[in-house]
Amino acid sequence: MEVLVCIKRVILAGNTFVLNDDHTDIDTRHLGYTLSPHEESAVEAAVRLNEEFGGTTTLLTLGHVDSEEQIRSQMAIGPDRAILLETDGSEWDPQATANAIIEAIKKEETKFDVIIFGSESADTAGYQTGIRVAHALSLPIVTNVKGLKVENGVARCERAVGTMREIYEVPLPAVLTVRDGIAIPRYPSVPGRIKARKKPMDVFPVEKPAAKIEKVKLELPPVKAKGATMLSADADGAHKLVEIFREIGVLS
Amino acid sequence: MILVFVDHDRGVIEDISLQGITFARSLDATVEAVVVGGEANAALLGEYGVTKIHHATHASLVDYTPQAAGRALAEVVKRTSPSALISGGTPRGNEVLAHAGAMLDLPVVADCSEIDLGTSTVKRMRWGGNLIEHAKVHTSMMIASIFPHQIAALPAPASAEVASFEPELTAQDTLVKIIDRTGEAAGGVTLAEAKVIVSGGRGVGEDFTLIETLAGLLGGAVGCSRVVTAAGWRPHAEQVGQTGTKVAPDLYIACGISGATQHIAGCKNSKTLIAINTDGDAPIMSYADYAIVGDLHQILPAIIAATQAAKG
Repeated sequence: MEVLVCIKRVILAGNTFVLNDDHTDIDTRHLGYTLSPHEESAVEAAVRLNEEFGGTTTLLTLGHVDSEEQIRSQMAIGPDRAILLETDGSEWDPQATANAIIEAIKKEETKFDVIIFGSESADTAGYQTGIRVAHALSLPIVTNVKGLKVENGVARCERAVGTMREIYEVPLPAVLTVRDGIAIPRYPSVPGRIKARKKPMDVFPVEKPAAKIEKVKLELPPVKAKGATMLSADADGAHKLVEIFREIGVLS
Repeated sequence: MILVFVDHDRGVIEDISLQGITFARSLDATVEAVVVGGEANAALLGEYGVTKIHHATHASLVDYTPQAAGRALAEVVKRTSPSALISGGTPRGNEVLAHAGAMLDLPVVADCSEIDLGTSTVKRMRWGGNLIEHAKVHTSMMIASIFPHQIAALPAPASAEVASFEPELTAQDTLVKIIDRTGEAAGGVTLAEAKVIVSGGRGVGEDFTLIETLAGLLGGAVGCSRVVTAAGWRPHAEQVGQTGTKVAPDLYIACGISGATQHIAGCKNSKTLIAINTDGDAPIMSYADYAIVGDLHQILPAIIAATQAAKG
């Protein structure tokens, strides 16, 4: 089974963001990078498909050449090769991103049985790149997948709604967008990391088209410093909490 | 006229969808809705100010069918030329707008908090609501979803006329649909709908008995942070956060949770937030209404005992 996983390098967000002077971007001078959580799970799900059915996993990313760091670290758990669509690192909107991915897939000799995306990126979260790619390639798509089982060329997909699960079935080839939790990513082994350094990666420079959704500036939402009322860590504090439970109507 | 996609689950319309309608009314006096499958729900949608419902009915539309919903939506857009297409920011709303956007070859702006159709600008949420983007949208028609809980759903009674139509669907449009549902909650409270959530983080450890006990006493649900599900201590369905479930209960009790942006994105709309943490400087404290600094393994038993005593 040939699997393509589309991944995106995002900043490693901690507890707060710091903006640059003109508020056009996050100040990344002191920040590291990682993958969106949904996509870490996507790579693990892809590797499990290869373990069950054979075949290879290809990673694809659109971004700065330094995205190689995220590609290599994901290759350490199994993916065989990668395609890096190299940009200057500035942001691409969802349509531009989807179009570049569509072109790259069309140029591929490999016919992918499954193309996996995260359901949305951790940073810009447009919820649409996978759907646009599916339409352009005339492939069916199931989004927000949290459970996956492939049998006889059909993917049985579970999607979580509250504590319930909706079941969808889709014949392959298909596009899937998956959510964190579909497969808990394994830790890379040392031999895995060493092998990852030598796996093939094709780099194709891409030209950024004019943005349809043009970022003007960024703003930090006001944190309404609520000024928490402190309660004591003893029976007295516990009784005060019970009074609060009553006040807000969660205890009769 | 603003067209609103109203998603429903077997006829049940979520509050977030009504928020989308309420938001649409602030953009234009005339709001029309598209409902795909199920019932037109004219009474409820009329109560929220919708004057016309374009109700898509088709033999293939038995349960939720995402691409067909997008097709029906695109068809109504072409027929009625609205000034904007809006949806509440539910997973289905975002999905169906993306299908329609792909079919119409138009941009889709997700998770908006403000929209100005005159200047074609929006404010939208990034990082699960932890960062706001101001953007200019270059489009012939704005397609946007509204970030959940940005505004309250408010009624504005009108009388809604229903216009049923049969959308022209391709075979591929109806290929992906719900074919089954599993795991019906056995009388349990679902995270997304719970009035009370008792949530645990790294500080709880593997044993969630205290969290479960307090949640049970308050008729609430158990939640947890991403650290906890990544460690395999609790099922992913209980994860509150940007990549888990976003919640807005009356009461959220965060136990041993430091408050990374990933988690805050999921719980900051809680009406009352109580934080219990050994670190008084943890980021969760700035979102808390009430806080106790100390070890939850000693504090929770005292709270459980006091709650049991109060219940008699």
